[in-house]
Amino acid sequence: MEPILQISNLSKQYGAGCPSCIELTGPEHQRNVCPSCGTVIACADIHLELYPGEVLGIIGESGSGKSTLVKTLYFDEEPTSGKFHLQVFQDGKDNLFELSRQQKRWVRNHLMGMVYQNPHLGLRLSHSSGGNIAEKLLMAEWRHVGEIRERAKDLLGQTQIPLERMDDQPKYFSGGMQQRVQISKALANNPPLLLLDEVTTGLDVSVQARVLDLIRQIQRELGISMIVVSHDFAVIRMLTQRTMVMKNGRIVEKGLTDQIMEDPQHPYTQTLINSMI
Amino acid sequence: MEAYNYAFLDELTKRELRRKTLKAVAIPGYQVPFGSREMPIARGWGTGGLQVTLSVIGPEDTVKVFDQGSDDSVNACNLRELICQMCDVTPTTDSLEASLIQTRHRIPEEKLREDQILIFQVPLPEVLRTVEPSEQETRRMHAERDYSRMWLHLYEDIVKYGEIRISYDYPVMVNGHYLCDPSPIPRFDVPKLHQADNLFLFGAGREKRIYAIPPYTNVTPLQFEDIPFEVEQFDQPCAKCGSTHTYLEESYDAVTGAKQVACSDTSYCDKRQRQAAGESVEIGVIWDGTNPANFEFE
Repeated sequence: MEPILQISNLSKQYGAGCPSCIELTGPEHQRNVCPSCGTVIACADIHLELYPGEVLGIIGESGSGKSTLVKTLYFDEEPTSGKFHLQVFQDGKDNLFELSRQQKRWVRNHLMGMVYQNPHLGLRLSHSSGGNIAEKLLMAEWRHVGEIRERAKDLLGQTQIPLERMDDQPKYFSGGMQQRVQISKALANNPPLLLLDEVTTGLDVSVQARVLDLIRQIQRELGISMIVVSHDFAVIRMLTQRTMVMKNGRIVEKGLTDQIMEDPQHPYTQTLINSMI
Repeated sequence: MEAYNYAFLDELTKRELRRKTLKAVAIPGYQVPFGSREMPIARGWGTGGLQVTLSVIGPEDTVKVFDQGSDDSVNACNLRELICQMCDVTPTTDSLEASLIQTRHRIPEEKLREDQILIFQVPLPEVLRTVEPSEQETRRMHAERDYSRMWLHLYEDIVKYGEIRISYDYPVMVNGHYLCDPSPIPRFDVPKLHQADNLFLFGAGREKRIYAIPPYTNVTPLQFEDIPFEVEQFDQPCAKCGSTHTYLEESYDAVTGAKQVACSDTSYCDKRQRQAAGESVEIGVIWDGTNPANFEFE
């Protein structure tokens, strides 16, 4: 099977950089700031593939570069170097990082969905929740109000938002509801790829469980490929088949989620597993 | 008036304005920045339109200045007098006679010809300002043709009020690329911009922008497939000339308090009244190419 998404040699640095940046940072040095020039190496040397219908987990502590990684995939951040191929765009021939901003926006609006940890980032809280979904559809050139509203109703139904709240603003919603609106917005255009960045962080446990349930259900029903970023092994275990562990901007271990949970190889992964409550 | 250069502005300024105007015509709907000069009227009173007028005018021109349809408002009178003193041109109130028309918030009811230029005074040239406060961001949005925020604004209006509630400054797409503010003309005037015979120039003095809609350019108001753009409808005819095909304004009788409506374009209304009284007056066709004036009063 061919991977739907392929990332090779991705790196993102903040600062001018020097020739020894890569050598002097990483998990073996326990740092991601270059001691000779002060550049922050947020992530480097990232290779990954995602297969159709697969859910890939990325786990790591705060500052390990996992959020930066998904942000570059959603074009929120520009990478310093790297290649990004999507099978569904031009048969995977083009490096998406080299597209024009307009083309990137097209890819983002038609082929991807993103759910941020903080609903403020993914939603316009002072627009109606239906309007938030409409925005994503309008970006993809939908120009029929009736059809937009039908689609929004569908999505809100799928994510268990009461339809009578469709024209209310998400700023009056609870955290869990806001997160579900964000998920329905991300799903609006039936994207083949969904990126989830710490979606359940900050929600209480029962709400967390419902949101996770919802994501699992969507994955089962629509077969969307997903990348799930979390610092919580419970979330990763529940959602993903394959996992990558990140530390200091590098991937230190990757493999089947079960395998990593049962038999962690890297000392950092062992610490992570041992610290689970 | 010998103390002043012809048309008030110095020659270099006029040259800059003409250069910027040419650029604006070459890129329909694109806002070209220009160095707006200090004028003998306050910013926000039509300095943009005035500077554009003064840069394209010559002694052979005939000038009309009108303000929300009226030739007699203080603003229109002062601007017209200033232009005539500075440029030695003939003033007129008749849209057919004028070669240059400077306007605030209206397009004349009579269709303009290829040899005429309509110059708008624009208060806020940035159509995206209602949805995005940052200039850097709106410029990026224009460059990438990223207008989803404006569409969302229209969608939210429909959801909240059941219709699009933009009565003036209605966003229009010019030549399929730039979203553009047609200045605060009523919706009634928006269709006149599409495939017109004449040139439209827009000057915003306070905001320092010039833009243009050249003749025979496609201008389409933003509209959804199932909720089309609509112009204002009036349920009674003009109280003065009986017109039902013009943009009408409400007024109240000072004595009786009764509501009545009358044409906003006073010069057109006046001509129709004189024609009805038996005078021989030349009245031009309206923007759909017909001339309703000829048969309504027979």
